Amino acid sequence: MLSIKNLSATVGDTTILRDLSLSVKPGEVHAIMGPNGAGKSTLGNILTGREGYDVTGGSVEFDGKNLLELDTEERAREGIFLAFQYPVEIPGVSNMEFLKAAVDAKRAHHGQEELSSVEFMKLARETCKQVRMDQAFLKRGVNEGFSGGEKKRNEILQMMLLEPRLCILDETDSGLDIDALQSVSDGVNAMRTADRGFIVVTHYQRLLDYIEPDFVHVLAKGRIVKSGTKELAKELEAKGYGWLDSEVA
Amino acid sequence: MSEQVDNLIRKEYAAGFHTLIDADTLPPGLNEDVVRFISAKKGEPDWMTEWRLKAYRAWTEMAEPDWAKVKYPPIDFQKISYYSAPKSMDDKPQSLDEVDPELLATYEKLGIPLHEQEMLAGVAVDAVFDSVSVVTTFRKKLWEAGVIFCPISEAVHDYPELVKKYLGSVVPQKDNYFAALNSAVFSDGSFVYIPKGVRCPMELSTYFRINEMNTGQFERTLIVAEEGSHVSYLEGCTAPMRDENQLHAAVVELVALDNAEIKYSTVQNWYPGDAEGKGGIYNFVTKRGICHTNAKISWTQVETGSAVTWKYPSCILKGDNSVGEFYSVALTNNYQQADTGTKMIHLGKNTRSTIIAKGISAGKSDSSYRGLVRINAGAEGARNFTQCDSLLIGDQCGAHTFPYIESRNPSAIVEHEATTSRVSDDQMFLCQQRGLDAEKAVSMIVNGFCREVFRELPMEFAVEAGKLLEVSLEGSVG
Repeated sequence: MLSIKNLSATVGDTTILRDLSLSVKPGEVHAIMGPNGAGKSTLGNILTGREGYDVTGGSVEFDGKNLLELDTEERAREGIFLAFQYPVEIPGVSNMEFLKAAVDAKRAHHGQEELSSVEFMKLARETCKQVRMDQAFLKRGVNEGFSGGEKKRNEILQMMLLEPRLCILDETDSGLDIDALQSVSDGVNAMRTADRGFIVVTHYQRLLDYIEPDFVHVLAKGRIVKSGTKELAKELEAKGYGWLDSEVA
Repeated sequence: MSEQVDNLIRKEYAAGFHTLIDADTLPPGLNEDVVRFISAKKGEPDWMTEWRLKAYRAWTEMAEPDWAKVKYPPIDFQKISYYSAPKSMDDKPQSLDEVDPELLATYEKLGIPLHEQEMLAGVAVDAVFDSVSVVTTFRKKLWEAGVIFCPISEAVHDYPELVKKYLGSVVPQKDNYFAALNSAVFSDGSFVYIPKGVRCPMELSTYFRINEMNTGQFERTLIVAEEGSHVSYLEGCTAPMRDENQLHAAVVELVALDNAEIKYSTVQNWYPGDAEGKGGIYNFVTKRGICHTNAKISWTQVETGSAVTWKYPSCILKGDNSVGEFYSVALTNNYQQADTGTKMIHLGKNTRSTIIAKGISAGKSDSSYRGLVRINAGAEGARNFTQCDSLLIGDQCGAHTFPYIESRNPSAIVEHEATTSRVSDDQMFLCQQRGLDAEKAVSMIVNGFCREVFRELPMEFAVEAGKLLEVSLEGSVG
């Protein structure tokens, strides 16, 4: 589904990814771990086409398409979803209006008709229940005055409605208490299907107790320095990231 | 993002066509004879001619105001024509069937059908083309409710007592330079009278169109709401695209007697000039209302057009417990400049005012909020709340706020809140990552920013305003 080969990228004069390769197949959950500044968030930003990054080498294929040639919104409509670490507010734009516009844009891209307001409302309400969000949130401005936990739940709500092929979760656990972490994880786990892939970016092993990965990769200084199963995450938790330096060297 | 924003803001001005119509246009220039000519053309009684001349004489001794934060080359008032009317209006049509089809077609093209059966249900329209009112719809139905809605040129003849009593009562001839000019040469506009206790059965609306070259448009609107009456009024404006600047200097006066309520909404879309700042309308307008006891006046404006805007719809809260409101969205793009805001003058006890002003600047434009809240000594328990928000798109535009607060009564409470923000890269990225294109993203963010004001507009027009904003922003994302 996703095939990253020898990807290198810079921001300004700084190299932030070096020769990174990663392959995600449908149904797989890949965790990307690593110390601060390793380039974890960069990977998500580059895959989604955020401005400000220059790809200097390598290739990214998504469902057979050259992903790097597509605009940000096209990648989104093709089914790549990024759950933000710090979701921004869009004051005055209701969550409902925003979500419907997003779903409509995706449907139009795939040659489907727009949902009627009534159909969409019904769908949105049902989805709210699944992530244990009060329906009142649909009427509020996008993330406007939401608590940290509410913002993250809102990300999962968007993910559920957009039904992406590939979900990238960027430090979704940051700033969440145990209850919020549980409901966010439940939402993610409910979406684990045989045809959907996940890249879960996290600093801590904790999240992986809730969302069990098939593979764990350690990212340091812009490259994957070690890959393994979920046992690797436990090892990292115990030893920290320092011991990897000697292995890389 | 700025490149995206730039492309978005560049869209064609849809109302920029010119109608080829035989017009009766006065040669450029202004003197007492011109004033007399206009008055004679309208067949006005002597008192009206004298009223105009008094204004003209005052004007000649006044200076053009220069305190606004706008820049434009000096206006040569002798190069403007002060009267232009479609020739076919000479023998005034008695019904729509007699109106020049070219004129009707112009309004169709602008999306303002004047055939009553095709109109937006429940909206009566007065259409003003250059200097004259061409048609007023639904007059009969309004008449049955006792409501008078007619061109002001007719009101001078048919309701002289009302006009004498109220014309200039809120904005005197000498009020300011442009108001004096308007008082001298105004050619038409709308007159509305709502009798005691009547709730106007439909929205009233005036649609202004400048068509001829080198003409100014000087319309005059007077709305009188008798005790306990209620009216909602909307005005819209467009003009052809031209390289020359054209002057629009209007005066609007509102009188809300005891317990009356007037809601006045404006969607202003005069030609803003091209992307290089060439052409466009100079929109120098004086709007003011007076509220008697328990009365309420609410101004809502969506200003997207004009090269230069100078406009401060205001309320004089004379009666106790009266209420003034001002809701404004002013959007400037390319080289547009807007200096707009309001004045709330609290005279009566327990008077209340609310000001919500939203300024959006894009391109190389400059937008200023200028507002005065004055609490006079007798205004016990007066209260004002002001909120001014500015939104910047791109990095070459400006937003400015000039709030003036004068409180002479210690029991008054005056609040002022202001924010300045930008359409951030993070917001754009969130929208685009969810599949929205840049254009949709910007219009959604801007519409959200304006929500508090749009919800004050009558339903049909709120949708229009949203669309207009979208068009005006085209080319702002690049």
